[in-house]
Amino acid sequence: MSAQTTFRRAVQSVAAATFLATTMLSGLAHAGPTLDKINQRGTIKVGVGTTPGFFTPDSNGKWQGFFIDYGRALSIAVFGTPDKVEFTASSPQQRLPALQSGEFDILLSGVTVTATRAFKLGFHFGPTVFYDGQGILVRKDLGVTKAADLDGATIGAQSGTTGELNVADFFRKTGKTFTPVTIEDTGQFIDALESGRVDAITQDSSDLVGKRTQLKKPDDYVLLPERLSKEPLAPAIAGGDDRWLELVNWTVNATIQAEEWGITSANVDDFLKSEDPAIQRFLGVDPSFANDIGLDPKWAYNIIKTVGNYGEIFDRNLKPLGWERGYNSLWTDGGLLYSPPFR
Amino acid sequence: MTTRLSRALPGLRAGLFGTRANTLVTLATLLLLWQIVPPLLRWSVLDATFAGEANACTRAGACWAFVTAKLRFIVFAFYPPDLQWRPLLVILLLCAILSASALPRFWGRSLILAWPLTILACWLLMQGAFTATPIPSNQWGGLPVTLFVWALCFAAATPIAVLLALARRSTLGGLRTFAVLYIELMRGTPMVAILYVAMLILPMALPDGLSIDKMLRAIIMVTLFWAAYIAEVIRAGLQAVPNGQTEAATALGLGYWRIQGLVILPQAFRIVIPGIVNLAIGFLLATSLLAVIGIFDLLNAARASAADPQWLGFYNEAYIVVAVIYFVICFGASRYSQWLERRLGNSGAAPV
Repeated sequence: MSAQTTFRRAVQSVAAATFLATTMLSGLAHAGPTLDKINQRGTIKVGVGTTPGFFTPDSNGKWQGFFIDYGRALSIAVFGTPDKVEFTASSPQQRLPALQSGEFDILLSGVTVTATRAFKLGFHFGPTVFYDGQGILVRKDLGVTKAADLDGATIGAQSGTTGELNVADFFRKTGKTFTPVTIEDTGQFIDALESGRVDAITQDSSDLVGKRTQLKKPDDYVLLPERLSKEPLAPAIAGGDDRWLELVNWTVNATIQAEEWGITSANVDDFLKSEDPAIQRFLGVDPSFANDIGLDPKWAYNIIKTVGNYGEIFDRNLKPLGWERGYNSLWTDGGLLYSPPFR
Repeated sequence: MTTRLSRALPGLRAGLFGTRANTLVTLATLLLLWQIVPPLLRWSVLDATFAGEANACTRAGACWAFVTAKLRFIVFAFYPPDLQWRPLLVILLLCAILSASALPRFWGRSLILAWPLTILACWLLMQGAFTATPIPSNQWGGLPVTLFVWALCFAAATPIAVLLALARRSTLGGLRTFAVLYIELMRGTPMVAILYVAMLILPMALPDGLSIDKMLRAIIMVTLFWAAYIAEVIRAGLQAVPNGQTEAATALGLGYWRIQGLVILPQAFRIVIPGIVNLAIGFLLATSLLAVIGIFDLLNAARASAADPQWLGFYNEAYIVVAVIYFVICFGASRYSQWLERRLGNSGAAPV
């Protein structure tokens, strides 16, 4: 998400230094596998952020959001109940070092998967749970439906970010022209758009969706379908605990697979009567599969019953903010979500 | 009252319109106010929404309904609402001990004893002692955390600072070098870096199996950091006490610790009170840096409150609430410092 782009370099160097220190100290302070620590402690420590819809405290101080629901799903997978999880907000600068130092068992804070983070910093990533990317928010009365129509438009981008470069690249690639307006402060985007100083603004779409709701007339603006950059957001864990990684992988996969089968929190009990052996395995009607992989036969059932499938999690947290499924649709609907088989 | 007013009026006229430059400044100020005040008034009162749900709020005016809905979160953050009396009691306890410490009539041995007891009581209250479920420190937040960290770190840093200040003036070379190195190292490091050390480096330095709570780690590091600053202020006070005092006390046959404890430090403290209050105000505002290690102090809680999808983007209102709270505390502290200076000055207690 865009604020972090500027900090990425700093984060990487801090994280690299920390990683180096950890490696050197690992002889002295060798932390056991993450899952052992979680079981011993009785809670999962999750690092989150504060972006509307993804992770925010409500008026009662209870965390709500898309990633928060995945934290609860993990708690169900490990402990059988959704509340054995501690969410702690973490700034983009410190979250990766904090994960490395064992402060968190997992980051569900919208970390973008990158090769450097995987190779150099030694993090493992679960499945991408959200495909984010740089988007363009335009006034509806321009009659623009795709980014290529924006020939000659004035576009506001945040100065000094990759977003500014990405939009220039995009227009050079498509052979169109545009007038860039660089905006220093992220709060000024709304003013610039409302006053008509720019025709469109560009930022990570997760930011733009939040901004759109703050406009005086949100319905007069539309987020174009194109994404100018790839920001796959995935759960991140420190290396060294394969079983923990698999648990994260298959918890996410379970929500996606459930949506593919049409299993929701409302109708999951009806599916217990299903004749489909795959669904019987998935929901633990046939417990041999879960026993085989060492999980509670009801783990997937409990996740779906409590948190819901991917679509429900999405609709509950992100749809009210105006998110469309887009790339975050099932592969059967032309999206990118695809769960490997449960067998 | 009327005499004061009639005395003030000519002075006011001379001050505002006495010279050409004064007149220009006055007019410019009035113009500025005329530009600023009406839109502000329109935003904060005329176009404002005072009650209702988020969708009742127009973006044209302030949404004070947001404050009604979110005040609990801004002040107490993640603390379980049904146990809210605990942080509330912590706030009251801290206010009580701060007020008592502010009044010279309470200064004495019992106050020094009351401090650790109050801090302990606050810690137990926040932690949820004597209830079925302990409240982990990642659920603490808002005003109690800001006040608690501030009071605890300041209280714990002061004795360390006294020792550091004495060590820096000591004739023992090793001790003096250590104090100088420590103070300069701490003062040469930004507080954010100190917090990162607390968050990231400290856990790695600890032996396996021993883990210290994040809040406690932050408190320890902040205490050590502030001690360096307070030490320098106290040292200034020590230097302001005339040498004759030490010599006279030595002539009476007092030992080092009794000279410092009975003669020098009481005088030095009176001299440095304004400086210490000044530091305390700065430190209160600096507690908002705790946000960088994910602690929800008052400011961070306010920021998070405006990210709730149901009440999205009312940052102005959230920040205004926080500004008012900070202002009340800081303004109170600074008025107090002035009052105390006058009082100590009048009583002739502070030697010059």
